[in-house]
Amino acid sequence: MRNARRRLTSHVVVGLCLAAVLISLVPLALILFYVLKQGISSISWAFFTRMPVPPGETGGGMANGIVGSLMVTGLGAIFAIPIGVTAGVYAAEYRGTRLSNAMRFAADTLNGVPSIVIGVFAYGVVVLPFHHFSALAGGFALGIMMLPLVMRTTEELLLLVPHSLREGALALGATRARAVFTVVLPAALPGILTGILLALARVAGETAPLLFTALNNSYFTTDPRQPISTLTVQVYTFATAPYADWHQQAWAGALVLVMMVLTCSVLARIATTRMERMQRGS
Amino acid sequence: MKKTRSDDLGFRVGTGLFGVILIGLVAGIAFVLYSDASVAIWKFGWRFWQTEIWDPVAGEFGARPFIWGTLYSSVLALVIAGPIALGIAIYISELSPAWLRKPLVFLTELLAAIPSIVYGLWGIFVLVPFVRRLEAGTPDWMRALPLFSGPPLGLGMLSAALLLAIMIVPFSSSVAREVLRAVPQAQREGAYALGATRWEAIRMALFYARTGIVGSIMLGFGRALGETMAVTMVIGNTPQVSTSLFAPQYTMAAVIANEFAEAADELHLNALVEIGLVLFIITLGVNVVSRAFIWSLGRQSRTRRVRAVRPAPEAA
Repeated sequence: MRNARRRLTSHVVVGLCLAAVLISLVPLALILFYVLKQGISSISWAFFTRMPVPPGETGGGMANGIVGSLMVTGLGAIFAIPIGVTAGVYAAEYRGTRLSNAMRFAADTLNGVPSIVIGVFAYGVVVLPFHHFSALAGGFALGIMMLPLVMRTTEELLLLVPHSLREGALALGATRARAVFTVVLPAALPGILTGILLALARVAGETAPLLFTALNNSYFTTDPRQPISTLTVQVYTFATAPYADWHQQAWAGALVLVMMVLTCSVLARIATTRMERMQRGS
Repeated sequence: MKKTRSDDLGFRVGTGLFGVILIGLVAGIAFVLYSDASVAIWKFGWRFWQTEIWDPVAGEFGARPFIWGTLYSSVLALVIAGPIALGIAIYISELSPAWLRKPLVFLTELLAAIPSIVYGLWGIFVLVPFVRRLEAGTPDWMRALPLFSGPPLGLGMLSAALLLAIMIVPFSSSVAREVLRAVPQAQREGAYALGATRWEAIRMALFYARTGIVGSIMLGFGRALGETMAVTMVIGNTPQVSTSLFAPQYTMAAVIANEFAEAADELHLNALVEIGLVLFIITLGVNVVSRAFIWSLGRQSRTRRVRAVRPAPEAA
């Protein structure tokens, strides 16, 4: 009798856990469904090649926003990748030292800082002194967001490289720097690139830190010293405006963003599966 | 021999410098926020967080509605998302058949990777109308309660909390999953050997990992506190302190997002930066405490390292 009740409790809990999984998949399905449905009906070639049009006119696109997003994300990457990778090398090479622990703590802390706060910081550091909203300021903000992701990925992947590789290099008389940069780092490179790709995808979808750094721009520009429009900020502006045709454009923008994230996730998944297979093979 | 050592030193200092930049950035954020907020901090003192009137034109700045809205929406999201995240983590790490595990992980990670602005867009045009119908359909005796008072606008606390919950579930569940994976297999085998049912074995694992589980849920809470775009788009942006789920309210992140670019005078800007500073301190505290929880579990088990930081949405 008592055992029957225990078994029943167990079944109920297992059922609840399964229910939790299903519940969480409902919003995912709904979001993908609406983005696809609304986005596909309003996306066209013009969306990528034309400039935004005023409400009331049909057609038009977000060419300036797409170019702006690429630019701001690229500027962020230029800032974050060298610092992040080098810091990651230190954290992996000198694991357990006080500086490497402090570094890891700083990266985790930075990872938890709300993106809007990073925007406020970038405003104080780049926008205020130059009295100018600019693509550079936006890139700086996104770079700060990428930094901890790049550093932690580099560190984790360097630690996965077999010790024998490094020892081989050192035995041949290579200095530590040479062993790391010519043997260990190249071995981990595919993984690190995957991590960087995911970090890029994540910050490219950010809006909050760009609102008052890169600001927005109704014209086409590639000047990093000027305010620049980005896809995400444009989606925000269009979504909160009271015009139906702008809403359709916002859905098209959302579709582009989701497609970008989806592609990057699938690519990363393929890359990691391949790497796992390689490691098992060796 | 000596040559190797000096090479080594150069390498160590060279790479270490970049690490110092990283640490300097965190310190720099705290310093810049403090100095850019100083005018407001010295002018208003504690009064800033105790008064409720926010009128930049008249020069009145009371930030209580924002801190209330941030905490209230995040706690609600936590209450909704916590059990669901835990259930997902348990299912994926303990119950799911092996072939289903990877696709499930992929799907939950995908949910975490969708940009906040897309959640916001979906929130405005799909979730808010749905919540409005839900609110309008609430029976009158419930509407009399303070929790459900006010007109059914759709835009408001309920929409914000639901959207936040959807957004933090994948985050908490992936950390909780890692935590459960760090529980030594012997714990479960021991339980089964003593004749435990599945749930009893899971309960053992949960008990073993309790600090890490609390930490993972708290990490989600920290995420919710700082979430900006999606909340800004559905919470209604009305500065008021209300317990009603139907009432439009405001959060700290949302007021910064809405007013920062247009803040003309120094005091207004400083007041907004002060809100950012406090948001920074709160999220920092929540994150440090939750990581300490997760870390203490990692030390205790020693068998597997718990990955407390999730490096971008991962597909593996």
